[in-house]
Amino acid sequence: MSAFAGTGRLTRLVLRRDRVRLGIWLIGTPLLGYALAASVSGVYPDDAARHGYATTSASSLVARAFNGPIAGADLGAVVVAETYVTLAVTVALLSTFAVVRHTRQNEETGRAELLGASVVGRYALLTAALLVVVGVNVLSAALLALALAGTGLPVAGCVAAAAAIGGVGLAFTGVAAVTAQITVTSRGANALAAASVGLAFLLRAAGDVFGDVNADGTRVDSAWPSWLSPLGWGNQVRAFGGEQWWTLALPVALLVVAVAVAYALAERRDLGAGLVAPRRGPARAPASLLSPAGLAWRLQRGALLGWAVGVGVVGFCMGVAADEFNTMIAENPAAAEAIAAMGGGANLVDAYLAAMLALFALTIGAYVVQALLRVRADESDGILEAVLATAVSRGRWLGTQVAAAVLGALALLLLAGATTGLGYGIVSGDVLGETVVLGGAAALRLPALLVVAGVVTALFGLLPRWSVVLSWTALLAFLLLGQLGAVLDLPQAALDVSPFTHVPSVPAVDPTVLPLAVLVAVAAVLVAAGVAAFRHRDVPS
Amino acid sequence: MAVIAIDNLVKTFGAVRALDGLDLRVEPGEVHGFLGPNGAGKSTTIRILLGLLRRDSGEVRVLGADPWRDAVRLHRRLAYVPGDVSLWPNLSGGEAIDLFGQLRGGLDRRRRDELLERFDLDPTRTCRTYSKGNRQKVAIVAAFASDVELYVLDEPTSGLDPLMEAVFQDEVRRIKREGGTVLLSSHVLAEVEALCDRVSIIREGRSVESGTLAELRHLTRTAVTVETARPLTGLEALPGVHAVRDVDGRTHLEVEPAHLDELLGHLVRFGVRALTSAPPTLEELFLRHYGADAADGHATAGAASSESRAALR
Ligand SMILES: Nc1ncnc2c1ncn2[C@@H]1O[C@H](COP(=O)(O)OP(=O)(O)OP(=O)(O)O)[C@@H](O)[C@H]1O
Ligand SMILES: [Mg+2]
Repeated sequence: MSAFAGTGRLTRLVLRRDRVRLGIWLIGTPLLGYALAASVSGVYPDDAARHGYATTSASSLVARAFNGPIAGADLGAVVVAETYVTLAVTVALLSTFAVVRHTRQNEETGRAELLGASVVGRYALLTAALLVVVGVNVLSAALLALALAGTGLPVAGCVAAAAAIGGVGLAFTGVAAVTAQITVTSRGANALAAASVGLAFLLRAAGDVFGDVNADGTRVDSAWPSWLSPLGWGNQVRAFGGEQWWTLALPVALLVVAVAVAYALAERRDLGAGLVAPRRGPARAPASLLSPAGLAWRLQRGALLGWAVGVGVVGFCMGVAADEFNTMIAENPAAAEAIAAMGGGANLVDAYLAAMLALFALTIGAYVVQALLRVRADESDGILEAVLATAVSRGRWLGTQVAAAVLGALALLLLAGATTGLGYGIVSGDVLGETVVLGGAAALRLPALLVVAGVVTALFGLLPRWSVVLSWTALLAFLLLGQLGAVLDLPQAALDVSPFTHVPSVPAVDPTVLPLAVLVAVAAVLVAAGVAAFRHRDVPS
Repeated sequence: MAVIAIDNLVKTFGAVRALDGLDLRVEPGEVHGFLGPNGAGKSTTIRILLGLLRRDSGEVRVLGADPWRDAVRLHRRLAYVPGDVSLWPNLSGGEAIDLFGQLRGGLDRRRRDELLERFDLDPTRTCRTYSKGNRQKVAIVAAFASDVELYVLDEPTSGLDPLMEAVFQDEVRRIKREGGTVLLSSHVLAEVEALCDRVSIIREGRSVESGTLAELRHLTRTAVTVETARPLTGLEALPGVHAVRDVDGRTHLEVEPAHLDELLGHLVRFGVRALTSAPPTLEELFLRHYGADAADGHATAGAASSESRAALR
C-alpha cells in the first residue's frame, strides 16, 4: 500500500488550497440550477405553454443540437431541456480543471517533486485529487437535487436530473485523470480534456439531431451517437420522463475504467514526464520570431488555430441550420416569436443569425481573456522580468500583447461570420452575399471585445494579483447578463454593464455608429489606464 | 565615474523593509562580488538596478543614467542573468537565446555558437525539457554573447556542475579582459574568491562591508597555534589577542592582523618550537559578516569569533 502513502495528508492539502474554488462550485451549481429552474417555471406557467415548448424543442434541429432530446411536456422535462447542457458542460470543465490542477500542474511546477520526496506514494497525488473531485461532484449533485426539489418538482425526477449532471462530472474526472498522465503540460492536459468535452458535445448533438420524435411530438429518442457521449448519457437518464436509472451506471463505469488506466500509466512513466515524447526545435530562431510581435504570434498561433477550427465548424453548422427557421415560422409561430425577441428585429432568420453572432462574440471573449492573461502568467513565472531587462519598453510589450489578442479576436469573428454565412448561403443559394454580409456583421462585434481586452489590461496594470480571477469573473458576468438577464428580468441598468448589450444586433437590425464608437472609446480608456499603471508599478508584483 | 552608484537606497514591500539605506559602488572594469545571506536584499537591489522595481528613496545611477526612467536605453548596454531562469516552454533553447539577444539589441553570432559549444548546450531541445542547469546556461549564453558594458548576474551558477562552473569563470575573465564590468551576486565563495576584484557584503538591506578580499581579510583575525619550550604567559595582556586556549601543550589563539608584530615579539622569548598561522578562510570571513551579531557593521571585525562561529553551526 506504500504507493498510496500520504494520500490523507495530500487530500487535506488539496481541500485547503482550493477551499474557496471548491466552495463556490459546491454552492454555485445548486444555486444556478435553482435560479434557472425557478425562472423556467415562470416563463412556461401552464400546460399549453409547456406543450408548445416541448413540440418546438422536439421538432427543431437546432434545439435538439443545443438543448438535447426533450423528455416530455412536464415542467421538469422543460427545466432539464433548458438547463442540462449548461450545467453539464460547466461541471465537466470544472472537474477537468480541478483534476489537472492537482496532478499535472503540480508536476509541472515541481511541487509534486517536493512532495514525492517526502513520505508520499506514487499514487497519492492522483488519488487525493480524485477523492476530492469525486467527492465534490457527489455532494454538489446531492445539493442540486435538493435545490431542484425545492422548486416543487417531483422528487424522483430531481434526483435523476442531479445525478445525471453529477455523472457527467464523474465521467470527465476520469477523462482528466488520463489526460493528465499523457501530456507534459497542464495546459496540454486541460486542452485535451476540454477537447474531449467538445467531442462529447458533438457526438451528443449528432445523436439527438438524428433521433426520433414520438407520436405526440413532445419527446425525442436519441440515435446511437448520443450513447457514445458522456454528455449524452445524462440525457438518457430521462429525468422527468420515465427515468432509466441504469444509465447512471455508465459514467461510474467510465470513471472506474479511466482511473484504472490512469494508475497504470502513472506506474509506467517518470514523475514529470508524459507519454508523448517531446519534439525538438530549430537551433536558431527564424527572423519572424525576433520581436515582441513575432513572439506574441508564435505563442498564440497554436491556440488561435484550435479556436479557428472550432469556430469554423460550429459557424458552418449554425448557418446550415438557419434555413430551418423558414419552415418553423409556418409550423410554430409562438416559438418563432420567442426567437425573434431574442435576436431583435422582424425577420426570423436574421434574428437567429444575429443571436448566433452574439453568442460567438461572447465565446471569442473567452479567447481574448485567455490570450491576454498570458501577460500575467509571464509575470508570475519570471519570463516578464527577463524580457523587460532587455531593451523592450513596458508600453511596447503590453501594447503588443493587447494588439495580438485583439487581432486574433478579429480574425475569429470574421471567420465565425463568414462560415455562418457560407453555411446559410449554401442552403439559401447566395453563398458570396451571405458570407460577406455575415462576416461584416460579426466584425461589428469587435468593439465589445475591445472592451473585454481593456478590462483585462486595466486589471493587469492596476490589480495584477487579482487580474486572473477578476478577468474571468467579468467575462462570466457579461455572459450571465446576456443569457439570463432577460429571463431573470433584470433592470436595463444592470444589462448595460455588459459591453455586449450595446452591440447593434446586426443583421436583424441596421448597424448604428454611436454605441460602437462609445465602446471603442471606453476600451481605449481602459487600455490606456492599464498601460499607464503597468509602467508605474513593480515587476514582478 | 562609477558604473553603479547607489546611495542610501530604501525599498519596502508593505511592512517588509527589504532595503534599508543600502550603498554600493561598482567601478568600471571590475568584477564586483555582491554577497549576503538569504533575504539580505541582493535580488531586490538588482531588480532596482534593472528598473524593474521602483525605489522608495535614495540615489541610483547605472552607467550614469537613472535605471527607472532610462530603462530601455540602459538595457541596450547591459545584460542580465536571473537566478531562477524561466523560459518559454515551447521555444527551443536556440530560439530563446536569439530572442533575448535580439530584444537586447543584437548578439554576436560567432560567440553565441562558441558559447553553446563550450557550455555543451543542445540548442534544439525545447526549453520545457531543460534541466535547471541547462535553463541557466541559456540565460548565460544569451547574456555573454551580447556585446555590452555591464553584466548583472544574480546567482548565475546556482545550477551548474563544476565543469561548467570552470567555463563560466573563464568567460567572466574574458569579459574582464575586454574591459567589461560585472556585478556578481553569488553564494559560491570559491567563485567569488577566484573572480572578484572587490566584494560588497550586505545584510538586512544594509551594506556591511566593502573592499578587496585582502582588505576584508585584514579586518579579520588570524588564527595562530604555537608550541614553546617554556610555558607561555602574559598573552592576555597583549593588545589584539583573543580566545587563548591551551590544548595538549599547544596554545591556540586569535590575533588581529595589526597586532601580529607585538605577538611574535612576545612569543620568541619563550622559545618557539612550532608555529602555524592561518589567515581566516573565506567561509569564516563570511560567516562572521552574515551572522546574527554582525548587525553593527564595522565593529564586527573585532567581535568574538570562535564563539559566534560555533553558534552559527
Ligand atoms: N515582491 C516582494 N514582496 C514582498 N517581499 C519581498 C518581495 N521581494 C522580496 N521581498 C523580501 O525582501 C527581502 C529581500 O529579498 P531578496 O530576494 O532581495 O533577497 P536575496 O538577497 O536575493 O536573497 P537570496 O540569497 O535568497 O536570493 C526578503 O525578506 C524578501 O522576503
Ligand atoms: Mg536572490
